[in-house]
Amino acid sequence: MKNKIDYSSDWNLDPAPESTGHIKLKKKYDLFIGGKWVKPKSGKYFATINPATEQKIADVAEAGQADVDAAVKAAKKAYDTVWSKLSGKERGKYIYRIARLIQEKAREFSVIESLDSGKVIRESRDIDIPLAAAHFFYYAGWADKLAYAFPNRQPKSLGVAAQITPWNFPMLMIAWKIAPALAAGNTVVLKPAETTSLTALKLAEVIQEAGLPEGVVNIVTGYGKTGAMMVEHKDIAKVAFTGSTGVGKIIMKSIAGTNKKSTMELGGKAANIIFEDAPLDQAVEGIINGIYFNQGHVCCAGSRLFVQESVYDVVLRKLKDRMESLYVGDPMDKNTDIGAINSKKQLDVINDYIKIGKAEGAEIYQPKCKIPKKGFWCKPTLFTNVAQSNRIAQEEIFGPVLAIQTFRTVDEVITKANNTPYGLSAGVWTDKGSKIFNLTSQLKAGVVWANTYNKFDPTSPFGGYKESGHGREGGLHGLEPYLKFD
Amino acid sequence: MAEKDYRLSPRVDQVGIQDRVDRITKRSVKNAAKRKGLYMALNMIDLTTLEGADTDSKVKQMCYKAQHLHDSFPGLPTTAAVCVYPNFVKTAVQEVKGSGVKVASVATAFPSGQSSLEIKLLDTKIAVDNGAHEVDMVISRGKFHSGEYNFVHDEIAAIKEACGKVRLKVILETGELGTFDKVRRASDIAMDAGADFIKTSTGKISPAATLPVTLVMLEAIKDYYYKTGKMIGMKPAGGISNSKLALHYLLMVKETLGGKWLSNEWFRFGASSLANDVLMQIMKQESGNYQSKDYFSKD
Repeated sequence: MKNKIDYSSDWNLDPAPESTGHIKLKKKYDLFIGGKWVKPKSGKYFATINPATEQKIADVAEAGQADVDAAVKAAKKAYDTVWSKLSGKERGKYIYRIARLIQEKAREFSVIESLDSGKVIRESRDIDIPLAAAHFFYYAGWADKLAYAFPNRQPKSLGVAAQITPWNFPMLMIAWKIAPALAAGNTVVLKPAETTSLTALKLAEVIQEAGLPEGVVNIVTGYGKTGAMMVEHKDIAKVAFTGSTGVGKIIMKSIAGTNKKSTMELGGKAANIIFEDAPLDQAVEGIINGIYFNQGHVCCAGSRLFVQESVYDVVLRKLKDRMESLYVGDPMDKNTDIGAINSKKQLDVINDYIKIGKAEGAEIYQPKCKIPKKGFWCKPTLFTNVAQSNRIAQEEIFGPVLAIQTFRTVDEVITKANNTPYGLSAGVWTDKGSKIFNLTSQLKAGVVWANTYNKFDPTSPFGGYKESGHGREGGLHGLEPYLKFD
Repeated sequence: MAEKDYRLSPRVDQVGIQDRVDRITKRSVKNAAKRKGLYMALNMIDLTTLEGADTDSKVKQMCYKAQHLHDSFPGLPTTAAVCVYPNFVKTAVQEVKGSGVKVASVATAFPSGQSSLEIKLLDTKIAVDNGAHEVDMVISRGKFHSGEYNFVHDEIAAIKEACGKVRLKVILETGELGTFDKVRRASDIAMDAGADFIKTSTGKISPAATLPVTLVMLEAIKDYYYKTGKMIGMKPAGGISNSKLALHYLLMVKETLGGKWLSNEWFRFGASSLANDVLMQIMKQESGNYQSKDYFSKD
């Protein structure tokens, strides 16, 4: 290409760090059971670290079998004696109160979220925490309207829900789980992911402050083992899990043959499809939002890009240009676009896939940006010269790595997009409305975004086809998995 | 060569443009970067007076201000240019002589553009003959809306020819175009016809310059650069009156076109009140306190 735009400049932004002085964190967190902080009977604690600095932030209790038993017992008792007897209107009041308190403490929540998870403050401040509050507000409104939501079906609550949440959107995923469970009249035992427990524990403080009856929400921290104990507990009526497809399969096996209901929100390998008649500059922004949002730790990330051959060169050029103005680094800096990888373990996974991509003969591109020495980092990465049979085009990487393929016709791209065990989300970019409707009906994905990507709203259901899971979260649909009907 | 069909200009999606703009307005410009940005912004202003009530003496006052923004604080740049009606060009040229400040003149039956080509050419000629360094023309929006793109193109080309070596800024009056698709189309026409700069607005129509509309035009400039190797300048005008907004414009230029466009040769603000707000921010950077607005001259 004869002309090249140089994005270097002698005018560069200075650091604009969000202050962390206002947050209140304990050095050591116990378990939140029956409305009180209790020491783990296991006696064990583990450290939670800041992935951007590798420094310890706090110690967190590791719940063992006796702790999980105590949490389920507290939840069962709260269900039997208080929560199931409360009117929907009263339940709604409590949920509204939680929503308001999250809003009031939004700044503290977002700073803690960024410290603990590595996600950038811009996202935790503008997306994660406001959306989490919005979910509580939304489901609070349904609490006294269940009979109208499901006319003539007599909805009834289930009992104790075991909820296991992931590390990519710690607080938001908790809101997705707790809010509908409470609105539907269930009580909860929740386990956050082991690398990101802090906002869950902060939420426990909010729950105390809101005066929620003891035991309605119990928060136990720990690793997968703790989660397994919850899932296998006999007094659990419902399992809600968001995480990897591998773990989802283990959970489904373990609850097979029981009466436990389940929702599984699992992995994805979404196709983001750019047609030649698309608004290309905005499509490029959509590609960036699709794959580099939250370091690519997004189950619905647009990790497979399909570009129509006639515009491939120009899209690739625009994409590379756009990548030059992405800032990678300190998540607490308000100007950072891409923060730290959540854990060493996940960084290893991503780096392995980058190696695999190179070994498969795909061509790698990364922008010139600098990354810090300490902490876990991965530059925004794209691979060209990718084939449908490459592992980087088939397997979920869960990092900022994009695999680009080209296509010629609508039918070809539909076949390729659906040719995956997953089916969580997809994106379509075209100026032609009829093409959008054609694709939304043919793509096997729970969400299809048209001329945008990664947009979320509490009123909109979210969930997958095939190995991306079952059941829906969000919207009216998100209530149903927490109810039974006569 | 087949005639170019401007209806095929690239499409623009409004939601996507707003998403990109949001990413830029969330950037935080602090400390040294802020100081440097503010100095740069001052030096990119086309200090403007385009009133029916303009007089020689008003123009003279403005010309002095353009060269002496705030003399009690040494080391400040001048503005890039002053922008006046053609009949004040002679006065303005006299007043800014030797200072490096350029004189831009609006022309072509500004602001409506509703006149014949003869008059528009004459209007341009008067400005050029009187020594204007730059001409800011308006496009014929009526013809544009009627789909007479070749008319619009040829008119710009004719004015460009009349300008000779004088740089031509082409005002699209985006507030009258209605959609981003049309802004993009008008940008493509203007650049093809020989514009040296494309400019959003006359300042007489609301909305005038906005970040989204400027982004659409910057993307058009970028595509044109990739296609032809020719750099085109950008001038948002009207409605930019505070420093924070000005810095976001500059960031948008940097992130869309790179550092090469960050000089007054390639980027201008058409503004009358921006300078004082930038001056106030610079003084705040220096002293730590905001000063009264009355410490800065209003002309």
